[in-house]
Amino acid sequence: MTLADFIISIIVISVFLIHVMYVQYFERKTIGHMQARLGPMRVGWHGILQPIADSLKLFFKEDIIPSQSDKPIFFIAPIIGVIAGVSSLAVIPLWETFSIADLNIGILYILALSSVGAYSVIIGGWASNSKYSFLGGLRASAQVISYEISMGLSLVGVMMMAGSANLADIVKAQSEQWFIIPQFLAFGIFFISALAETNRVPFDLPEAEAELVSGFATEYSGMRWALFFMAEYAGVFIMSALAAVCFLGGWSGPDIWFFSYVPDVVWLILKVYAFVFLYFWIRSTLPRYRYDQLMNIGWKILIPLSLANIILTGLLKIV
Amino acid sequence: MEKFSEGPGNREETSRLSSNGLTLNIGPQHPATHGVLRLVVDLDGETIVKCTPYVGYLHRGVEKLSEHRNYMQILPFTDRLDYVSAMSNNIGYCTAVEKMFGIELPERTEYIRTIIGEMSRIVNHLLWLATHALDIGAMTVFLYCFREREKLLDLFERLCGARLTMSYTRIGGLKNDVDEQWLKDLYEFTDEFPMRIEQYETLIDKNRIWLKRTKGIGVISAEEAINWGLSGPTLRGSGVPYDIRTDMSYGVYDKVKWQVCTGKNGDVYDRYRVRMEEFRQSNSIIRQCIDQIPEGPIMADAPKFTLPAKDKVLSDMEHLIHHFVLVTKGPQTAPEGELYVATEVPKGELGFFFVSDGTGKPYRMRIRSPSFVHVAALPRLCEGELIADLISNIGSIDIVLGECDR
Repeated sequence: MTLADFIISIIVISVFLIHVMYVQYFERKTIGHMQARLGPMRVGWHGILQPIADSLKLFFKEDIIPSQSDKPIFFIAPIIGVIAGVSSLAVIPLWETFSIADLNIGILYILALSSVGAYSVIIGGWASNSKYSFLGGLRASAQVISYEISMGLSLVGVMMMAGSANLADIVKAQSEQWFIIPQFLAFGIFFISALAETNRVPFDLPEAEAELVSGFATEYSGMRWALFFMAEYAGVFIMSALAAVCFLGGWSGPDIWFFSYVPDVVWLILKVYAFVFLYFWIRSTLPRYRYDQLMNIGWKILIPLSLANIILTGLLKIV
Repeated sequence: MEKFSEGPGNREETSRLSSNGLTLNIGPQHPATHGVLRLVVDLDGETIVKCTPYVGYLHRGVEKLSEHRNYMQILPFTDRLDYVSAMSNNIGYCTAVEKMFGIELPERTEYIRTIIGEMSRIVNHLLWLATHALDIGAMTVFLYCFREREKLLDLFERLCGARLTMSYTRIGGLKNDVDEQWLKDLYEFTDEFPMRIEQYETLIDKNRIWLKRTKGIGVISAEEAINWGLSGPTLRGSGVPYDIRTDMSYGVYDKVKWQVCTGKNGDVYDRYRVRMEEFRQSNSIIRQCIDQIPEGPIMADAPKFTLPAKDKVLSDMEHLIHHFVLVTKGPQTAPEGELYVATEVPKGELGFFFVSDGTGKPYRMRIRSPSFVHVAALPRLCEGELIADLISNIGSIDIVLGECDR
């Protein structure tokens, strides 16, 4: 790795982390306005500095470690989450000629890292040595295992259409038609699985506030807690980016002359934020599923559907 | 020690390895127990094997304290029983004391009491819906409900100066009369409110996740519900049309058109439906009362039990002495005996039982609070179900621990 690569990675990661920080502001504003209130308004103009104030507060908070916890694992759990979330960014093609790592197995890499990210929740819940965290961790492991399958299977259809697992190639294969049209079934399955994978409403069972106080994060506070939430929002971004790349044509914009002056990366970011908005919209609308219902949907509906989708796609390719 | 020495194949060894379940202590500080309810739950996986409620964390000894207060001074305690619907408790208490003293209320007072009682029911059900929905995860309903609740609390504030602990009723009447503008503003609210109810229903009632979380959960049959002593919407959800507003006479419920709402299956969903229907009924009762409300005095003509008018107290010696005795010692002509009077508060049957020895203070006052009875039925509702259902069940029986622990 050359120095230039290193500097580019640092820049991309920094920009990404600022987005991760500000997406919480975006969430609070979006949900606030949907719920007939204003969201943050006090720190800076319309609360624009709120994320910075929050981070500072969390950074300087006392670091509370439960005395009965398994300390090394307790320390390492949130870090695993953040690393898994941020390093997924490496394979996302930001525009036609640029991604940090042009991997041929880009999709597999992201799926693998999201599984690693699940470890942070599971071992975080285990290491806290609290019953609520433990139940949260158990739920997270079951949930992530179930939904990873349907998510992987739904992306198989996309890979078959594009003939490649390289994300840049997938975007290029969509120059005629976005994959959301032939692969609408896969898109639906992918989106639902992504909600479950990132522990968002209506599948936010690992941190179900009403039952498990705060689930796996019950014993975490201060900076470690903030890291968990950075990981969650990084996951939201990565899943949205994956959806944009695999189904909505990634960096490509509308083919009208005055839009060709807009940099490609802007289109990608717009699509990603459209998905992020969808996440927030769902959060403010839907109640939470129950644990067994969640499992039923995963195993009895989504996995058979995604298998059917693969067969359909195969038939389509032969014909 | 010998038991375990036979090797890894022996039975004690393997049974030691099998899971013994998990005992989870929920509360007294927990986001979904609506106060300071403590539940010790034995879990097998996520299934509840046994659930034991522990109450008493908010015990303030209201009943004992009441034995050392005269009848007027007890009134503010009743605000703090069910602090979500303080007005209903005030009415319940005053109705009971008036029945004991044999006071006939003026018609206008009965109308105003009916109006504020139903307002209080709406306020209570709004808070119930908000927290119940939040427990199940529907966050937006929570804030929408608080928006409407705010309007009613503002009206309460204009009426009596307080938003939470009102103490608005008096034995034999009310603290002050309502004015025309207040009634007009309340009428405007009732114009708008049915549309809001529909909004909540679109958000949750047409939502498949909500239906899945509430239908068939916490089922209790009509017969069992009666045996457990449930009351209010929690009982009516099982299909028992028991409502004290029709069964005993207080207020002007016989002069307005309304009906008792009942469910069918006795599950969380039916209890939710009953309360949603009660929104509409209460709204219509308020409207009819405002249309019919007559002019007249607001204090009953019962000089032995009600305070004399202030201007008379300041100008006339007899009235001054009378006022002094009533405030310091209580009514000296209280009848002796025992009496139980129940009223329909939003949560169920709130009963006051008095043992009077003829002095100005009750010899014994016992409060039959619906929340206490409902908490007792909670294990029956949730055993064998999942831990997530426990939360919907707590929401559906609508408890307030201030009233439960007294």
